[in-house]
Amino acid sequence: MLVAGLAAALACSPAVDARAELASYAVVGDAIPVSLTGAGGDPKKGRAIVANRQVGLCLLCHSGPFPEERFQGTLAPDLSGAGSRWSPGQLRLRIVDSTRINPATIMPPYYRIDGLERVTPAFTGKPILNAEQVEDVVAYLATLRDAKQ
Amino acid sequence: MRIGHAAAALTILAGIVPAGAEIATAQRKSGYDFMARTTQAMQDGDTSNPGMLWVLDGAALWDRKAGAANRSCADCHGDAPTSMKGVAARYPEFNATLGRPINIEQRINLCRADRQQAKPLPYESKDLLALTAFVARQSRGQPIAIAEDEPTRRSVETGRAAFVRRQGQLNLSCAQCHDDNWSGRLAGNPLTQGQPTGYPIYRLEWQSLGSLQRRLRNCLTGMRAEAPALGAQELVDLELYLMSRARGMPIETPAVRP
Ligand code: HEC
Ligand code: HEC
Ligand code: HEC
Repeated sequence: MLVAGLAAALACSPAVDARAELASYAVVGDAIPVSLTGAGGDPKKGRAIVANRQVGLCLLCHSGPFPEERFQGTLAPDLSGAGSRWSPGQLRLRIVDSTRINPATIMPPYYRIDGLERVTPAFTGKPILNAEQVEDVVAYLATLRDAKQ
Repeated sequence: MRIGHAAAALTILAGIVPAGAEIATAQRKSGYDFMARTTQAMQDGDTSNPGMLWVLDGAALWDRKAGAANRSCADCHGDAPTSMKGVAARYPEFNATLGRPINIEQRINLCRADRQQAKPLPYESKDLLALTAFVARQSRGQPIAIAEDEPTRRSVETGRAAFVRRQGQLNLSCAQCHDDNWSGRLAGNPLTQGQPTGYPIYRLEWQSLGSLQRRLRNCLTGMRAEAPALGAQELVDLELYLMSRARGMPIETPAVRP
């Protein structure tokens, strides 16, 4: 499970641009071992984010153990068992920025604001999920331990 | 390796062609082919197709005198089934006077302004959609026939670059959905090749007729990318690329789409 790691939320320089709001993190191998907030996430909130089409958007592409969601995607692996396949640190990097693992991926970088082109003004300078939400999603995915549901 | 495993799983699940490949001519499919039988039947029948209401309005406008010139489209163009046959299948077309490609709506508005001396019709207005649907209906079944001359090709390239470029907060390109993943389902619904064969379309979700540019703006908004204003050259170039990508496919106007 997630441990309350060292506080990684080191604000960079103040206010110049929205970038300052992103917590810094260190990638080790194919993982971000330390929580972005320094604390563990809430798996219940994480489940709600993953299932929400406007917030997590995950079920556009993925399917998963969500019997109440009729419409799920087929463009990506089923999320069932993700917590058995990957450590929390590996899950965190996949949510934060999957292009670090597969440069051609269609999975959006949930916690990155640079290197994006022509972002609509309402979303400019904002990550898709904030640090707390990323941790909630990681905490939820870590609970998905069975390959089949 | 776990990374290898994930990539392999994706390939199996989505059955994708290698990323970045354009769709082979023999594999091209209209959005029609992905629709439920009932929606296809709605498109097929002139009495069941809601888009035909706009076509009928367009037929009335075709005959109506307008503007300071007090001329109707028919006064100059005569019988539309003859004079407009295959025309929409050639648009967007490079306009030498303007030095850029224009789409069919813009072509109609040129006649409004220059020939009828009337005010151009606003994009997505009922009258412009009706005239466009009426004109494009005369190309139903005609193969898309975008020109292959040099200035057209340059704009096609500009449109193609926009099609394959990642953009928006979701960091996606049009091609990643419509070239690489068209056999898959996005949130349960079939993802298609994004073929422009049916415009203007009656979209069930809109409960209305709408242009190709309106559809493109929907996709851009979904990607959380800047959506250029209706009529913007960037959107015309994208339309042109899509039409050249669909060269030879038959026009379906007015198509019905979910
Ligand atoms: C636009 C499509 C898309 C969206 C949206 C998306 N993903 Fe993914 N995801 C993928 C694809 C495709 C892969 C397969 C690996 C690759 O191609 O990068 C993947 C891989 C993963 C993996 C590792 C695969 C495994 O074995 O389980 C996890 C975990 C994951 N995604 C979680 C999420 C979560 C959680 C969300 C929402 C917060 C999300 N994804 C949103 C497309 C998407
Ligand atoms: C006064 C005569 C006149 C009127 C009225 C007129 N047009 Fe035209 N239209 C032309 C001429 C001449 C052309 C040839 C292209 C040009 O303008 O250089 C043309 C071209 C077109 C084309 C492009 C044809 C092609 O082969 O590419 C379309 C489409 C068109 N008109 C539609 C309309 C519609 C719809 C109306 C009514 C709203 C209309 N026109 C009214 C004279 C007219
Ligand atoms: C996240 C995936 C996604 C992306 C990225 C995307 N679209 Fe779409 N597009 C869709 C969906 C879903 C629909 C509606 C169902 C269908 O036709 O695929 C659609 C529909 C379309 C259609 C209508 C097809 C028809 O049959 O009428 C066109 C054209 C189109 N898209 C073009 C584009 C262009 C151009 C871009 C880039 C600016 C783009 N799309 C980006 C998902 C996407």
